Amino acid sequence: MAKFNKKKSGDLPAISTASLPDIVFMLLFFFMVATVMRDSTLMVQNTLPAADQVQKLDKKDRVIYIYAGKPSSRYVDTYGTQARIQLNDKFGSVEEVGAFVLAERAAKRQELQNVLTTALKVDSDTKMGIISDIKQELRKVNALKLNYTTRVGDYTQNFN
Amino acid sequence: MAKRKAPEVNAGSMADIAFLLLIFFLVTTTIETDSGINRKLPPMEDQIDPPIIREKNIFTVVVNKNNQLLVEESLTDIKDLRGLAVDFLDNGGGSGEEACDYCQGKRDPRSSDNPDKAIISLKNDRETEYKIYIAVQNELVAAYNELRNREFSRLNPNLGISYVEADLIYSDPRTSADDKASLKDKLDVVKQLYPQKLSEAEPSKVN
Repeated sequence: MAKFNKKKSGDLPAISTASLPDIVFMLLFFFMVATVMRDSTLMVQNTLPAADQVQKLDKKDRVIYIYAGKPSSRYVDTYGTQARIQLNDKFGSVEEVGAFVLAERAAKRQELQNVLTTALKVDSDTKMGIISDIKQELRKVNALKLNYTTRVGDYTQNFN
Repeated sequence: MAKRKAPEVNAGSMADIAFLLLIFFLVTTTIETDSGINRKLPPMEDQIDPPIIREKNIFTVVVNKNNQLLVEESLTDIKDLRGLAVDFLDNGGGSGEEACDYCQGKRDPRSSDNPDKAIISLKNDRETEYKIYIAVQNELVAAYNELRNREFSRLNPNLGISYVEADLIYSDPRTSADDKASLKDKLDVVKQLYPQKLSEAEPSKVN
């Protein structure tokens, strides 16, 4: 009789959870590697224009970022729909760009201070006026290396 | 007779599988890097005595507030801009000391003397849209790159790469110092042949 009982009595074997930590660590590592740290939240719309004759902007510690564009939808009530400049975490005026660049430059290591690039991340629908103003300010503080950050794509995408 | 349990699944190799996946993702994921068009602004000090440049050595590009393109005084479609810029830069219409022996252009006496003298002047309105400006910049850089690619493969036929590719290798931080040094010379020669002379006027306030 024991022969017949045997089959029914078996419990479901417990699945080993010994490898769960491995899986968790794997996910952790993956996200650690894939995540790009952004030290300021975007407060402006930022659809970059497309270009294909681009050069890479390696070495993030040598770059100063300036954002510009129309304020994002949740800031429209406060700041209107005119294109604005964003410096770090707040909106800034054109006059503040020079001081901002100098402050950022002073915060960098000595040997990097002469090789800094200013990256302009500007929304594609912005008018050139504000960008020309920024460029004039950059010239005043002698920050002459400039990068117009773009998406990689055909330039004809800019016409619609 | 003792109750026999179903054999437990051996989980010892689970960690190996996990690490395999981890390494796969590590290898395939690229950290997003920004890319864009590099430009250099002119320094602030005013030139007391601006050099005299002949009209035929200037290639004027104007973008108005309606995003229309005026190249050398005539309304142009942006698709033609690259070709026109290449023709202008590569014209080589000069003679004697100003002759350009590597140019393959039409040698039209009414266009530029040589690539060293040829200047592209870009002017935009304050109301021009940024994306149009970028498209124009992109096409002008493309014109320079086209000519530089041609000269680079002519001077280094056994290298098998174009100027743009060589520049990419040169600016890659993983490239060894020896490779960089040998590439730098080759790149500089080509840069000398077609120097990027792109002048931007300050935008007009009223138009």
